[in-house]
Amino acid sequence: MANYRRDIILFAFLAALFAVVFATQGTAYSLRLTVEATCYAVIALGLSLQWGTAGLFNVGVMGFIAAGAFTSVLITYPVNDAFWAGDGPALLGFTALKAAIGVLAIWAARQTRRFGFPAWLANLLTLVALAVTFLVVSADLDIAANVIEKEAEWVGGFGLPVFLGWAAAGVVAGVIAWFVGKICLGLRSDYLAIATLGIAQIIKTLLKNADWLTHGTLTVSPLPWPVAGAAETGFETARATYLALTATLLVIVYLLLERAWHAPWGRMMRAIRDNEDAAASMGKDVNRRRLEIFVFGSMLMGTGGAALIHFNTIFDPSGFIDLNHTFLVWVMVILGGAGNNRGAIFGALFVYVVWTMSEPLSLAFFGQVRDLGQAWFGWVAPDDLDSRAISMRVFVIGLTIALVLRYAPQGVLPERLSRKG
Amino acid sequence: MALLEIRDLTAGYGVMTILKGVNLSLEEGEIGVIVGPNGAGKSTTLKAVFGLNTITGGQILFDGEDITGTPPERLASRRIAFVPQEANVFTTMTVHENLEMGAYARRSDISAVLDHVYSVFPPLKAKRNQPAGELSGGQRQMVAFGRALMIEPRLLLLDEPTAGLSPLFMSEIFDRIIAINKTGVSVAMVEQNAKQALAIAHKGFVLANGMNSFTGTGAELLADEDVARSFLGG
Amino acid sequence: MNELIFFVNKALISGFVIGSIYALGAIGVTLVFGILRFAHFAHGDLMTVGAFVAYVLAAAAAAAGVTAPVPLAVVVLPAVIVVTAVMALGLDRAFYRPLRRAGSPGVVLVMASIGVTLMLQGLIRLFAGPRSREMYFTEPKDIFRIDIPGAASKIVVTEPQLILFVFTLVAVVALHWFLSRSRLGKAMRAVSDNPDLARITGISIETVVRATWIIGGGLAAIAGTMLSLDVTLKPDLSFNILLPIFAATIVGGIGQPYGAIAGGFLVGFSETLAVFNWSVLLRPIARFTDGAFEVPAKLAFVPTEYKLMVPFIILVIVLIWRPTGIFKGRVL
Repeated sequence: MANYRRDIILFAFLAALFAVVFATQGTAYSLRLTVEATCYAVIALGLSLQWGTAGLFNVGVMGFIAAGAFTSVLITYPVNDAFWAGDGPALLGFTALKAAIGVLAIWAARQTRRFGFPAWLANLLTLVALAVTFLVVSADLDIAANVIEKEAEWVGGFGLPVFLGWAAAGVVAGVIAWFVGKICLGLRSDYLAIATLGIAQIIKTLLKNADWLTHGTLTVSPLPWPVAGAAETGFETARATYLALTATLLVIVYLLLERAWHAPWGRMMRAIRDNEDAAASMGKDVNRRRLEIFVFGSMLMGTGGAALIHFNTIFDPSGFIDLNHTFLVWVMVILGGAGNNRGAIFGALFVYVVWTMSEPLSLAFFGQVRDLGQAWFGWVAPDDLDSRAISMRVFVIGLTIALVLRYAPQGVLPERLSRKG
Repeated sequence: MALLEIRDLTAGYGVMTILKGVNLSLEEGEIGVIVGPNGAGKSTTLKAVFGLNTITGGQILFDGEDITGTPPERLASRRIAFVPQEANVFTTMTVHENLEMGAYARRSDISAVLDHVYSVFPPLKAKRNQPAGELSGGQRQMVAFGRALMIEPRLLLLDEPTAGLSPLFMSEIFDRIIAINKTGVSVAMVEQNAKQALAIAHKGFVLANGMNSFTGTGAELLADEDVARSFLGG
Repeated sequence: MNELIFFVNKALISGFVIGSIYALGAIGVTLVFGILRFAHFAHGDLMTVGAFVAYVLAAAAAAAGVTAPVPLAVVVLPAVIVVTAVMALGLDRAFYRPLRRAGSPGVVLVMASIGVTLMLQGLIRLFAGPRSREMYFTEPKDIFRIDIPGAASKIVVTEPQLILFVFTLVAVVALHWFLSRSRLGKAMRAVSDNPDLARITGISIETVVRATWIIGGGLAAIAGTMLSLDVTLKPDLSFNILLPIFAATIVGGIGQPYGAIAGGFLVGFSETLAVFNWSVLLRPIARFTDGAFEVPAKLAFVPTEYKLMVPFIILVIVLIWRPTGIFKGRVL
C-alpha cells in the first residue's frame, strides 16, 4: 500500500480542512460549501478525462456547465400555462417547420451536384438556401419571441422530475461537444481551445439575450430540488440530503471512470495520448476515440453544472463566468494532477474551499489596507475597492496556473503508471 | 591535426541511446563516408556533431576545439554546414532568400559567394525568385547544397544527399560533391548507396549497432570481403 | 443619397476601424503562432495593458501641462510601444521561456498564456477598477465632417479614426519592408517555416523570439491605444477581442502576417455588415417601387447583442472548409 501513501496523506489533510471549516463556519454554510465542491468535483472529473486522458484542450467548460444548467431548468421548471394557452407554441411550431423545410432545401441544393450541376452552381444554391433559411427563420423566431414575451414572459419549463433534467443536461452538453469536436478534433490542439472558448461565450450570450426561452437576465427561480427542500425538512437536513445525492453521483462517476481506465478502452486511450502516430498505425481511429472522450467529459460538465445550479435554486445567465466556471476548474485539475481521478477530486474539493474562503479573506485584507492607508497616509481608497479586491483573486488564479505548469506540471497526485499488463 | 575528431561518442534522443561509442577522424580536405545498416546510428552521428540530439558522453573536436554539445546556431559561424536529409529548404521562401539565409552567420558582403553558388548550380539562377517549395526534388537538393555553401564551409555534413533522387541525378550529386571537395571543403556524409559513395571517399566508416565496426580508406572498405558481404549487398 | 452616406458612416468606416484593430492584433498573434507555435491567449489583455500604459503616460503628460494638436495618447505612443514590448519580453522570460526550455508541448504554453491573461486581467482591475475611462484629457476630440454635394448628411470621421488609418498603413508597410528586406525579418520567416533548419543555418531562435515579442507587443500597444481612443478604455475586453483576432489569424493562415491583415479586415467588415440595419438601404428602393414590398423596421443578419457570433461562425466555416486559412498557411 506504499503506493497510496500520498493519496492517504492528502485526503486526510483534506478531511482535516473540512473539519476546520465545519467547526468554524457553521454547519449550514459548510454543507453548502461541500455540496458545491462535490458538484465541482464531477465537473473536474470531466475536464480531467478530456485533458488528462486525451490531451483535449477545453477552455469552454463554462459553456457546457451553462448549457447543462439551462437544459435542466427547462426540463424541470413548472409548466407556464400562459405560454401553452397563447399563440407561442403554434408560432414556434411553424418556425420549426420552416426551419425543417430550410434544412431540406439546403440538403437538396447540395445534392444537385449528383445531377450534373457544376460545383460552383451547387455551392451557390446551397449558400442561397442557407441565407434564405437563416433570414426567414430568424425573422419568424423574432415574431414568436415577441409574442411569447408579451403573452407569457417566457416559455417556462416542462415540470418533469429533476433526475430527468440532470440526465438531459448531460445529453445536451454532449451534443454540443459532439459538434465542436467533430469540427476541431482532426486539427491541431490550439484550435479546440479557441473554438471551445468561443462556444462558451456564445452559449452565455444566447442564454442572456433569448428572454423568451431562458427568461434572460430576469433569472429563473426557485428551481426544484431532487430531494425534500428546506421548507419541509429544515435547512441542515435538506442540504445534507442534497449532499448525499451529489456525493453519490460523484462516487458513481469516479467508479465508472476508474473501471473504464483499467479496461482495454483505457489502455487504448493512454496509448493514443502517449503516441498518437503509433496508435493510429495500429488501426485505432484516434479522432473517433477522442470525440468519445470529449463528448463524455462534456456530459459530466453538463450534469455537474445542473446539480450546482439546482442547489443554488436560481438560474442567472450572468452568473456563469469564465473565471469561476472554466479556469477555476482548470486549476483544480492541473493542481490535482491531470489524468488521475483522485487527483481531480482532491483538487476540486481543496481548491473550492480555498477559493470560497479567499473571498472574505481578500475583502478583509483590502479593508485593512484601506483603514491603515487612511489612518497613516490619509489615503482615500477608491470606492470600488471591494470589486478590486475580488479581481485580486483573478490574478491569483492566473499565477497558480502559471506556477503549477512550471514547477509541478504533474500536480500533487501524478498519474500512476501502470506496470502490470 | 584532424579537422573533425569524434571520440567515444555516446548519444541518442531523450532517454533512448543510439550511439554507444563512435570514433571518427577526418583530415582537412578529405571526404569521409559513413555507411552501415539501417538503425546503426549514421544520421545520429551527424546530428550529434551538429548538437541536434542529446550527447551523453564522449567528445567532438573541430579543428582542435571542443564543440561537444554546442548548439547548432553557433556552429555556422565556425563554418560548419549541414544538409539534413529531409526538410532541408525553406519552402515558403524564394531560392534567393534560401541562399541568403545560408549566409546568415556571415556579416560580410555575400555577392561574390552568391555568384559562386549560382555558377555551381546554374538552374538556380533562373529560379531565384521562385519559392523553393515549388521546385522539383533535384532542384531542391541544389538549393539545400547552395544554402550550405553560402558560409563557405570548411566542413560540410551531408545526410543521405541522394535519398529519393533518380539514378541519373545521383551521379550528378556525387560529381558535385567531388567538385565541392576540390575547392578545399572537407565533407562528411552518410550514404545509403555505399558503393558509389565509398568510391569517392578518402575515408570510410562502417557503423553497426551504434559502434564502429570497420574503418579504412574508401578503397580498403570496398575491397574488404566482410564489409562487402554485410553492407554492400555481396 | 443620405442612406448611402449613413451606410458609409455606420458600416464602411466602422468596419475599417475595427478591422484595423483586429489586423494589428492578429499580426502579433500570427507571428507568435508561427514562431513560438502556440495560440497566445494573453494577446487581448496585452492590448489592454498597452492602452492603460498610454492612459497613464497621457495623464502624466496632461498633468505636466503638455499640449499637442493630436490626442496626448498619440504623442506618448512611442513610449507606450516600448513599455508594452518590454512587458511582452518580460512575460516571455518569466512564463513562456522556462516551459519552452523544458520542452513542454504547445498546449502547455497555451495554458500558461491563459494563466498570464488572468494575471494581467487581475492586475488591471486591481489598479484601475472595473469602470471605463475616457482617453482624452485637455485636448478636444476632433470630428471631421465631409460634405457630399447633393446630400444633407455628411461623412463623419473622427480624429482617432484618421490617426488609426495612418498607423495601420505605416505598420503594414513597415512590416512588409521588415519581413521581405531585413536580415532579421527574413530570419523570422525562416524560423516560422522550418525552425530546425533555421538553427542549422545559424539563426538564433532566441533572437527571433525576442523580435517576435517586440513586434507583437508594439502592435498590440498601438491597437489597444487606438481602440481606446476611438471608443473608451475598457478593462474587460480580453476574450471579446481575442475571439475575432483568433478568427482573423486562422482565416489568414497561421504564420502569415499578410493573411492576418486580410483576415482582420474580413472579420471586421463581416461584423459591421452583419449587424448593419439593411432596411436603411432598402427603404429608398421600396419608395421607387411604389410600395410593392414592405421593408421591416429592422433588417440585420445578426442582432447587435449577438455580434460575437460573427467571428465564431467565420472561424467554424474556415475550420471546416479550409483549416489552413484562405491563404496557404502552415501545414497542420
